[in-house]
Amino acid sequence: MTENKLPSGHTRIDSLEMRGITKRFPGVLANDKVDFDVRSGEVHALLGENGAGKSTLMKVLYGMYGPEEGDIFLNGKKITIDSPTDSINHGIGMIHQHFMLVETLTVAENVALGLPSSRGFLTDLDKVSERILELADIYGLKIDPDAYIWQLSVGQQQRVEIIKALYRGAALLILDEPTAVLTPQEVDEFFVIMRQMVADGHGLIFISHKLHEIMDICDRVTVLRDGAKIGTKTIADITKSELANWMVGREVIMTRELDDVERGKPRLSLENISCDSDRGTPALRSVSLDVHAGEILGLAGISGNGQRELAESITGLREVTNGKVILEGEDVTNFRPGDVTERMLSYVPEERMKDGMIKDFSISENMVLREHHISPFAEKGFLMLKTIAEHTDDMIQKFRVKTPSRETKAGSLSGGNIQKVVLAREISRNPRVLLAAQPTRGLDVGATEYVHAQLLEQRKNGTAIMMVSEDLDEVMALSDRIAVICEGEIMGIVPRNEATPQKLGLMMAGVVPEEEETRTTSFTL
Amino acid sequence: MSPELVIVGILTSGIRLATPYLYAAIGEAFGQRSGVLNLGVDGQMLLGAFAAFYVTFTTGNLWLGLLAAVIVGALMGLAMAFVTVNLQAVQGISGIGFYLFGLGMSELLFKMLVGTVKTVSGFQPIAIPVLSKIPYIGQVFFEQSIMVYGAFLLVPIAWFVLNKTTLGLKIRAVGENPEAADSLGVSVARVRYFTVTLGGILSGVAGASMSISLLNLFQENMTSGLGFIAVALVYFGAWKAWGVLAGALLFSLINASQLWMKVLEVPINSELASTLPYILTIIVLAMSASRVRSPSALTKPFDRGD
Repeated sequence: MTENKLPSGHTRIDSLEMRGITKRFPGVLANDKVDFDVRSGEVHALLGENGAGKSTLMKVLYGMYGPEEGDIFLNGKKITIDSPTDSINHGIGMIHQHFMLVETLTVAENVALGLPSSRGFLTDLDKVSERILELADIYGLKIDPDAYIWQLSVGQQQRVEIIKALYRGAALLILDEPTAVLTPQEVDEFFVIMRQMVADGHGLIFISHKLHEIMDICDRVTVLRDGAKIGTKTIADITKSELANWMVGREVIMTRELDDVERGKPRLSLENISCDSDRGTPALRSVSLDVHAGEILGLAGISGNGQRELAESITGLREVTNGKVILEGEDVTNFRPGDVTERMLSYVPEERMKDGMIKDFSISENMVLREHHISPFAEKGFLMLKTIAEHTDDMIQKFRVKTPSRETKAGSLSGGNIQKVVLAREISRNPRVLLAAQPTRGLDVGATEYVHAQLLEQRKNGTAIMMVSEDLDEVMALSDRIAVICEGEIMGIVPRNEATPQKLGLMMAGVVPEEEETRTTSFTL
Repeated sequence: MSPELVIVGILTSGIRLATPYLYAAIGEAFGQRSGVLNLGVDGQMLLGAFAAFYVTFTTGNLWLGLLAAVIVGALMGLAMAFVTVNLQAVQGISGIGFYLFGLGMSELLFKMLVGTVKTVSGFQPIAIPVLSKIPYIGQVFFEQSIMVYGAFLLVPIAWFVLNKTTLGLKIRAVGENPEAADSLGVSVARVRYFTVTLGGILSGVAGASMSISLLNLFQENMTSGLGFIAVALVYFGAWKAWGVLAGALLFSLINASQLWMKVLEVPINSELASTLPYILTIIVLAMSASRVRSPSALTKPFDRGD
């Protein structure tokens, strides 16, 4: 029987099958008779656009949702899963997209949480730590059990999540967009761990939007669309573009050639700007950048390295402590936000739900949020409701916003449609400079494609665009030049044709490329 | 009076007066560590104080009086837990509701059942053998009533429970990241019910410590906002048992000094002096506001939702 054991000592799950899973939410059929299965020693990808029902299906498997219909079979035997505890007891673990870690607790405390202790009501963290080190050794996951979560990098936190699942005897792991937050190097390391686990007999379910990752690591792929299963295929039998079309249900443009656009004068210049984070620590350290008319400057970096602060410094939302922000030759440093945007700088904020719009306002109200006080939307202090309505209808049509009406509350739209409303508002005023922060984060392939097309259209019109993004594929596909930020410093600026994921990845991790280094030294000399 | 005697007097009263602060604030700390802000502490204290007083007054049994305070506090705590956990009410507002309920109810019951201010014979000081004979220190620390000893004993117990037990781990996790705790099979609802009910019980006991140990009487609104200071002490103490102790002692010592000033007829406006603890509350809170981070999930109802 020992061959049924995993290296962690727990029993292997040879097969797990979900049959005819149906889950309804008020007004929505989230899963419609979905079949899904995963075996020991394979990576099975679950692919689909936002709202296709991937997360719902996995939450059913993990016991967070009870399905209306359908059964789950473990090694051919029917089981019931009513809570996360049930699924954990059956050997199923889940690594959530947003880590389920308590930042103020240590690694060992996070692992021990919710488990019975060998000392009754007292904690047994020393024993837990021992076992963590044991597991870490088996699976090659380096981790310090006594470190606090807030001290760890995102990649390390992910390892804690894996250890947490393994500690609980997980033989099958659900990985919900595990690579979304990792640098390319961390993704590589993560894939090594995944391959090791598969070789040891674990079954893995891999949820991702990133097609190349699915092609890279998975054995089979199941596609969901609008809650229904479209089909399951072996990766060897399908190409990347087939996969994309299959998921979206139509032809998708995967790669774009940038049109030749003459690069104009710099419209936005940052001269050695510095600012502080919300906690009062330095967030930007002497950042200098130029954004020219007709170019997209991509700003790559791992989230939380000063991108948000940079965007806020430019738009006047955050106090610049040093340096200058120059907008078309005019010093706008520490101008009020309204005075900056009045000079035709448009801003698509990172947190579109929080900073980009007012959730409880209608689409038309949101559509004129920026220019509601000036002609033609207002005359002598009165809102021109008819003009606003016409403009909104026009934008809804032009930007293909899916909504019942212009009076619909913005908050009830899907992420992709919300982003379209924000983009419509910011782009339709024909900005001189466009600052787009994480413009496609959380959007599905279809909506992403649309946003990209709009950005390129703006580039063609001669707008100076700065695009902040964590997604290297996106940065490399759209940018003329790529600046990489790490811990509030610009590590370097790479022209489009010299950019590779490896090079950018290293810079994102804080390693200055050699030729950059020599250049900076020669500068100081 | 000799300066030594005054100091011993202030310290002795200070230790005594810290009692209700400690019970109430430690109870509140448990709730807040699990993410529930209970602003109804003062109301719970008033009802606890009345229950303890009334039962002691009618039965003559102090322990029955204390038990009554525990039961009343538990019921108030359960109600608060129901409102915050099941109904997911806005905690600040519902807490104020509970405060007003306790204030009004204790007043009404007092008028109906007792009428005028009467006294009971409360818990008497117990001198601890040997220790109480130490000069000065003995009188300050080891000649107090059982309610006082209990309050100070509560501090290390609370520290131990929060930091060394699986229950404490759950409480801390639920207050920081209930989603994470939930995903590991920890029942957020059960943990919060426990802490809020415990908070109610300790608030009830805090009230009892006033009505059957410190003052030995019941009066309308006898806490005069002490429960709110207890909430502030939790912030001051950075949600830690020892920090709460430090805060409670600071406040009670200032209170004791203020009382002794009256006794010694120090020429200072007594109304002004009695506002000292409240002014201090404001200053301390303003200063500690940015100093430490509160539990992340504090005041946030938990809903598994989507």
